[in-house]
Order: sequence, then C-alpha cells, then structure tokens
Amino acid sequence: MDAMVRELSYAQAIQEAMAIAMDMDERVFLMGEDIGVYGGAFQVTGDLVERYGTERVIDTPISELGGAGVAVGAALTGMRPIFEFQFSDFATLAMEQIVNQAAKMRFMLGGEVSVPVVMRFPAGSGTGAAAQHSQSLEAWLGHVPGLKVIQPATPYDAKGMLLAAVADPDPVMIFEHKLLYKMKGPVPEGYYTVPIDKADIRREGRDLTIVATSIMVQKALDAAATLEAEGIDVEVVDLRTIRPMDKQTVIDSVKKTSRLMCVYEAVKTLGIGAEVSAMIAESEAFDYLDAPIVRLGGAETPIPYNPELEKATVPQVPDIISAARDLVKGVR
Amino acid sequence: MAGASKAVADSRANLPFVYRQYSAEQLKQVLYKMYLIRRFEEGAEESYTRGLIHGTMHLSIGQEASAMGICMPLGEDDQITSTHRGHGHCIAKGAEVKRMFAEFFGKTTGYCKGRGGSMHIADVAKGNLGANGIVGGGIPIAVGAALSSKMMKTGKVVVSFFGDGANNEGAFHEALNMAAVWKLPVIFVCENNGYGMSTSTARSTAVKNIADRAAAYSMPGVIVNGNIFSEVAEASYKAVERARAGEGPTLIESKTYRHRGHSKSDRNRYRTKEEIEDWMSNRDPITLFENELREFGFIDDKGIEAIRSEVAQEIADGIEFAKASPSPDVSETGNYVYTEQA
Repeated sequence: MDAMVRELSYAQAIQEAMAIAMDMDERVFLMGEDIGVYGGAFQVTGDLVERYGTERVIDTPISELGGAGVAVGAALTGMRPIFEFQFSDFATLAMEQIVNQAAKMRFMLGGEVSVPVVMRFPAGSGTGAAAQHSQSLEAWLGHVPGLKVIQPATPYDAKGMLLAAVADPDPVMIFEHKLLYKMKGPVPEGYYTVPIDKADIRREGRDLTIVATSIMVQKALDAAATLEAEGIDVEVVDLRTIRPMDKQTVIDSVKKTSRLMCVYEAVKTLGIGAEVSAMIAESEAFDYLDAPIVRLGGAETPIPYNPELEKATVPQVPDIISAARDLVKGVR
Repeated sequence: MAGASKAVADSRANLPFVYRQYSAEQLKQVLYKMYLIRRFEEGAEESYTRGLIHGTMHLSIGQEASAMGICMPLGEDDQITSTHRGHGHCIAKGAEVKRMFAEFFGKTTGYCKGRGGSMHIADVAKGNLGANGIVGGGIPIAVGAALSSKMMKTGKVVVSFFGDGANNEGAFHEALNMAAVWKLPVIFVCENNGYGMSTSTARSTAVKNIADRAAAYSMPGVIVNGNIFSEVAEASYKAVERARAGEGPTLIESKTYRHRGHSKSDRNRYRTKEEIEDWMSNRDPITLFENELREFGFIDDKGIEAIRSEVAQEIADGIEFAKASPSPDVSETGNYVYTEQA
C-alpha cells in the first residue's frame, strides 16, 4: 500500500525529514543557533529538541565559522550533522569552512575521507528583513567543486531531497526560501528520497521553457496559468539542483520549445541564469533557439527594506508574464 | 602506554617526567623520530632545491620536541589536526616518510595520491586528519572530531596543532569557547615559534602569553618550553588524562622556534642572524634531548650514531621510493572531488 499522503507545510516537511533521519541513523544530529527550545528562527526544528534531546539537537553559540567547522569535523569523523544557518546571509561568516574545508577535504586527501555534512540555509527576500537577511547566495556556493547545492521548491521535494542529502557522502548545501516555509503541499509519510541531480518538469508546454529555481518555480507556474488563457503554452522546469546541474532535462526542453527564459531571485548577473544560458549556447539546443534567451533575475542592488521596493527588486508574476509574452511574440 | 617497570621507575625518581614514565626503548624511539623529522625536512628541502619538489613548503626544523612531546601520550586511535607546518606532526603520529616523500613528489603512492602535497599531508589511518593551508582552519574541525568522540563514546582524544598566528583568528576563539562549553576531549596546542610569517607575537598579540587566553574560555592554560621534550610530553600527558576523564579541553602553549624561514620565499628580514644562531646552537631540541638521554644513562654515543645512520638509511630509501613511484595520469584530474558512487 502506498504511504499515506498528507498536506504539510514546507517547514513541516523538513522537520519530518530530520526526524526520520534521526530515527533511522543514530549518527544524525542537528546543530545551529536557537534550534532547541526556541525551535529555530523559522520554527523548522520546532519541538524536535523535546523528542530527541539536547545531545542531538544542539544549540550552538553565535559562532557561524566555528559551528560550521565543528559540523565539518564531526562529519569527517563518522557523524552525520545537519547544520542550520539562521539566515543564509550568515554563510558569509562561515565561507572558510564551507569553501576551503568541507568542499575540498576529500580531494586534498586523495579520496581518503568524505565529509557527509548537510547545511541548511533559509534564504531569500520578502520578509522585510532588509539587506543582510534577505540574500540569495546559492550561486556563490554553486561555484565550488566538491559541494552539492540544492533548492527544493515544494514540501515534497524539501523532505525527499533533505533525506537524499543526509544519505549523500558529500557536503550538501540546501537553500530554503523563507517564503516557502508556510507553503503547503502533498507529502507522503515515511522515508523516500528525491534525487539530488535531477531537474523536474513541473508543467509541460510547447511554446517556451522557463527554467526556474526555488520560489520562482511557483511564480512561473502562476504566470503559466495566465499565459495559457492567452494561448501561450509554457513548460516550467524546476532546476532543483544547481550543482551538479541536470543539463539534459533543460536541453531537451529547449529543443522542444525553442525558447528559453531563466527566472531566479538572486542578483541577475553572474548567476544561475548566466550558467543555464551559456550551457544552452554550448549545447545542440542552440540551433533550435528561435529567439534570444531571456534572464529575469534580481536587481543589481542589495535588498531594500520598504516593502514596495523589496518586491520590485525581485521578479514577480507580472514580470514573468510580460517577459514571456514579449519573448513568444518576438518583441525582443 | 606501557612504560618503565616499578624498580626502574624508583631508580629514576628524581629525573624529569618522561624518564620516569617511559622505557629506555620508547625514549630511544623518540630520539629516532626526532631525527627522522629533522632529516625528512632536510631531505625535502634539498629535493626542493634540486627541483624534484615544486610549490612551497613550511619547515618545522627546530620544533621537533614539540611534535613528539605532544604525540607521546596519544594512542593510535587518537586524532590530530595539523597545520601548514605539519611534517613533524605527521611523523610523530606515525606516518611513514616514504609515503610523505611520495606525496611531496606528487606521486600516486603519496598519502594524498599527489593531490595535497606538503600543505595537506595527512595519514587518516594513523589519526592525522590533515595539515591545513588555512591558518586556524583545523581548530574547529578538531572540536568537531572531539564532538564525534563524545557522541559515539569512542574515548578518542583529539589534538589540534596550530601556530601563534592562528591565535588571532576568529576560528580559534569560537572553537575554544565551544569546546569548553561542551567539555569536549580536545587539546589545543599552540606552537608559538615567535612569528606569524614575519610578524612577531609582540607586534600581533595583545597578551604576553597565548596560554593566557585560556582563562577567557575557562580551561587550563599551560606554558611549556617547546624545545624540551620532557616538558612538552608531561603537559600533554596531563591534558590527555583530563580530556579522557571527561573534564574538557586544555590549551598548551609550546614556546619554540623555527630555524628556517616561514616558507621558501622567506628572506629572514624580520629577525637577526644572531637570534637564529642562538636558537640553533644553544636551544636545539634534538641536542637538548640527546644530552639528557646521555646524561641519564639511556643511550651512549654509539647508540646515537646507530640511530643517526638508521635514520639516514630510511630517508634515502624514502626518497628513492618517491622517485620510483608513478605520477597520477592527467585523465584522473577530476577524481576525488565527489565520492564515487556505484
């Protein structure tokens, strides 16, 4: 019989995945700032400390660099830590351990070790938290060989990809958009995994491929619903993993639709859109393109506090609709 | 560790710690390894000069008693994290010099299959989790290894070696604080050789002794003369006992000196010839240990000569092994970035 499927929020799905991982493997434990009795800044760990105790749900001091290093050291020596950054922005304080240590340890030591650490990063804008608590830094880490970087866009994927990350022998960085935490969706009970190297076609279409990440997947789907009424049939590819990227799914989609738009919240230049565009330009799909590739990304500014400015800084559904119309009608 | 018998111990009652604690055979083995570290680094330096080794290296010549003293009470299961000046730690923890030379020569038989070189030398099987190219990079990692030990109840003690330069990195402070809060079985060993590259501790560090910083993290801060093997080993022994008893971390400051420059690019413009000469002539750790062994009757000139010639042979064999070993194939450049999955 199939596992019972319930509606869970994205945050509940992550919490359930962490509980299952701890039930299945005594080496799994959680570390982070205020993840114990406080329940985490976004209530993702919730009451896990009551169920698993302070020895497996460890509140760290406000020491992102040291804390990340402890997680790396524990992973290196046989444990399976899941380390929560309170905000993804605080990765900047821990870059040394993530980039120089976790990512390179296996390589530098000629394959003699592995670092099965999972790091979780609440990311993105939309909460009025301003410039230092709203960034989307996933492409920074996506640039580093040795790391795997994922951005689940649904509760189902959040649970399944976290469980895949815990089972993965290498360091996996999970970027969770803060506005997704309350999003509800169907999530099966029990253990299942979603592969870390596969994009997902969330909506099939003939006229245009939109490659989106994280919260932009839902925005692209909303845009696609409106565009359908206008006779524009959009295919939405949820990239899910930015390293290693599932190139083939994107290539096949572009060959089918002949048009490509990339939609992501991070600053537009030198980001995921550039990578996807270049990858298509280098592939056999290039010959299939009927129009220039379009990137919709974040503005070239820090995230502002004012809610109207904040919204204007990142792509919204009307922006996607408008850009898609132009692209399909050949305005660009 | 099995040491001196009761009768022998009584006859040594007034001698320094190691001569009471360890057997003559163990102490001679220490001298052997101190020579092995010295000659290994001289051999590596010479090979570098001849163009057989590329890149750079950071030699610990002059700091051998520190590496050996700290590792003396450790068992094979205990773990260390090391530094860019980590050849001595690696040998002290049990590595074979032939595989170290092979690594420096970039060969597949090296400890890291030629991917790491001097700055990432490691011997995981013997508990050396690796040297580190980032000053202070290994300190939080050691705390993580100690957390593993506590959570898995393995009884392992972890030593984190670092230099005086690292004590001004944030990682040092964050890691010591967490280790103390969680009472982890870890020993922080600052090998203070007086200079972070060219900048003296007097110019870089607000406290007179780095061990003074232990007070901020409620752990014992112990200062030892890092060039006297017995002093270092005694401090390490006590710290290991404390860690194994679940009483938490210790900070040991081992005051020592590197005879060579920071790395191969160093022109030694920040210290005087007289200062270097003084440390080499009057405070060389191998000479000091050798003199004590002789004075206390553990070894004679013939025994010392035998050790020197055995070490010379092991070094020569090691270099030959490295030269004869194969280089990795360029087609394997992408190996070990990720775990190979079946």
